[in-house]
Amino acid sequence: MSARDEIFASIRRSLNVGPVDAPRRDAVVARLAQAPVGIIPRRGHGDAAERLATFKAEAERVQATVAEVATAADVPAEIARYLRENNLPATIRFGDDPRLADMPWAETALEVARGPSEGDDLNAVAAAFAGVAETGTLALVSGADNPTTLNFLPDNHFVVLFADDLVADLESVFARLREKYGPGALPRTVNFITGPSRSADIEQTLLLGAHGPRRLHVVVARGLS
Amino acid sequence: MSVAATTPRFKANVHEALHDLRLQGALPHARNFIGRRADAAARLPEFDALRDSARAIKDHTLAHLDLYLEAYEKKVVEAGGHVHYARDSDEAVAVILGICKARDAKVVTKGKSMISEEIGLNAALEREGINAVETDLGEYVIQLRGEAPSHIIAPAIHVSRDDIEADFRRAHRDLAPDRDLSQPEQLLGEARAILRDRFLSADIGLTGANFLVAETGTSIIVTNEGNGDLTQILPKVHVVLASLEKITPTLNDVAQILRVLARSATGQDMSVYTTLSTGPRRPGDPDGPEEYHVVLLDNGRSATLGGPFAEMLRCIRCGACMNHCPVYHAVGGHAYGWVYPGPMGAVLTPLLIGVAEGGNLPNASTFCGRCEAVCPMRIPLPKLMRIWREREFARGLTSPFARAAIRLWAFFASRPTLYGLAVEPAMRLLARIGRRRGRFAWLPFAGGWTRGRDFPAPQGATFQSRWRAKSGATR
Repeated sequence: MSARDEIFASIRRSLNVGPVDAPRRDAVVARLAQAPVGIIPRRGHGDAAERLATFKAEAERVQATVAEVATAADVPAEIARYLRENNLPATIRFGDDPRLADMPWAETALEVARGPSEGDDLNAVAAAFAGVAETGTLALVSGADNPTTLNFLPDNHFVVLFADDLVADLESVFARLREKYGPGALPRTVNFITGPSRSADIEQTLLLGAHGPRRLHVVVARGLS
Repeated sequence: MSVAATTPRFKANVHEALHDLRLQGALPHARNFIGRRADAAARLPEFDALRDSARAIKDHTLAHLDLYLEAYEKKVVEAGGHVHYARDSDEAVAVILGICKARDAKVVTKGKSMISEEIGLNAALEREGINAVETDLGEYVIQLRGEAPSHIIAPAIHVSRDDIEADFRRAHRDLAPDRDLSQPEQLLGEARAILRDRFLSADIGLTGANFLVAETGTSIIVTNEGNGDLTQILPKVHVVLASLEKITPTLNDVAQILRVLARSATGQDMSVYTTLSTGPRRPGDPDGPEEYHVVLLDNGRSATLGGPFAEMLRCIRCGACMNHCPVYHAVGGHAYGWVYPGPMGAVLTPLLIGVAEGGNLPNASTFCGRCEAVCPMRIPLPKLMRIWREREFARGLTSPFARAAIRLWAFFASRPTLYGLAVEPAMRLLARIGRRRGRFAWLPFAGGWTRGRDFPAPQGATFQSRWRAKSGATR
């Protein structure tokens, strides 16, 4: 018997069930199809303004910084300001996301590079798939629009979050993912990011920038244009 | 083959640990988790309701594990991934070596995986000339030291900053010997720079999994450093090594458990990186692995379902039980002698290596109950340890002296009148002798206790006699 067959046989022997058992199978099919939501904390809920306030407070609790701008057109200037004020080089890299590509980068002094990171970039920009108010979390999806390497290799990570994409909880992000990619399907990588990289492995001392970005700056754009 | 256990010589391990001044200096760090978890739980009014929800999800999943496993496997294959089954450690190692050889791999970077410790993967890879590189900072430190993790989420909690500096100076010979490493930031910076090269040059990246999602065929890791992500997105091959019970039905079910996981572990609301990985990179993706493999390890877990220890399979490896354990606080993780320390290790170790080898651990508990009180999955750890003690006794593995003492005690305990007749005069006598000092520095048959601390003198009356008096008065 193959390892697979033997493991399934062992599970069924222990549970005292046969491979065909309609009520059990129905229960599983139903749960997978319906994906019931359980207990949802109230914290993330409220109207758009309350969600944004919660998102900001929670993200700042975990050492991210959050700036608000009126429209997408204001994003490059905000990123340029952040880099200037933190004495960081005026370079930036992002993927093919049209929401980023269409921003007026030429109006800033930023040097723009495109595509995935090879590991020698200091600063990267990504556009979030969604934000989660409950925990100040960002959801990013892989693909040419926002290459996953940009989320981890650069030192300073800028994430643009459009206010319409700020939802209450993880379950709302999953619902949006099902809507976009189809039921039971996901892109290769979905990154939920809550604050900059950290480690407490040296005597339980909190240090930022363990392997991923040392800084996480979220720019919330209230409108597209 | 699993890692060799020193669990049978637990008493000697404990003795060494209690007299190890370096270890005793580092262990108080483990207590920091207590306040952090309490704060995180207090900040979320729904926390206890979420624990119930998480427990119900796992119980449902385990009762339907064969069917969710089938659904999960189908989804992984649909997404272009491969699923491998391993009955035991040897099979899991063989599968991973096969994947390495097919790619002629020289360097394997690793995210944190307790299952890889369980199967002894690093040693197996090294024997085949493959360089296994731990990338979690704590795991990297203990790999340099040739040690095993002493905690399931803080593997180097037993190591001091000074020791890490010495390890780095010894291991990183190419760097300037007079460089300043006095600050933790400098140690982190050095590890980050060295491991960055390894990430970029690795042939295969291996991670564990906190969840395997049946709805989508997704593996999920929960980390803070980002090493698990660099491990899986840079090499051409991503291998996930996980045990069967990581299966979770849906993403919404994952969200329930995530809400109790980080809070119970580190006191964070969410860990920094929760990463969902589904299959290899897609057409048009500019990065990500070209191959995706999942190695599913049984190692006796399937046989545990439906039995008295099935509840242990709810464990999500948060470490809260050891963070709150007075025994763990006193001796640290290495004394437990195998992969999993603390209360969860005391239940799991005999399951995985047998009660003859692991039987000492369920005895290393005061049954204070803090582990069960903080367990996010509400696993009755003291009850499960008690079952192991009963089995050890039934199989005649306890010492003849202990067995005789337990039999004697049982004889009296099951005969209340006789018990009272024997105990009450003895207590009155002891109370009279000890009246002046209030304690004893030595007692016959209690040398093991009084060698390290005094024994308080009884107050006079026994519980039984006071109970009789009290219930007589109210009746």
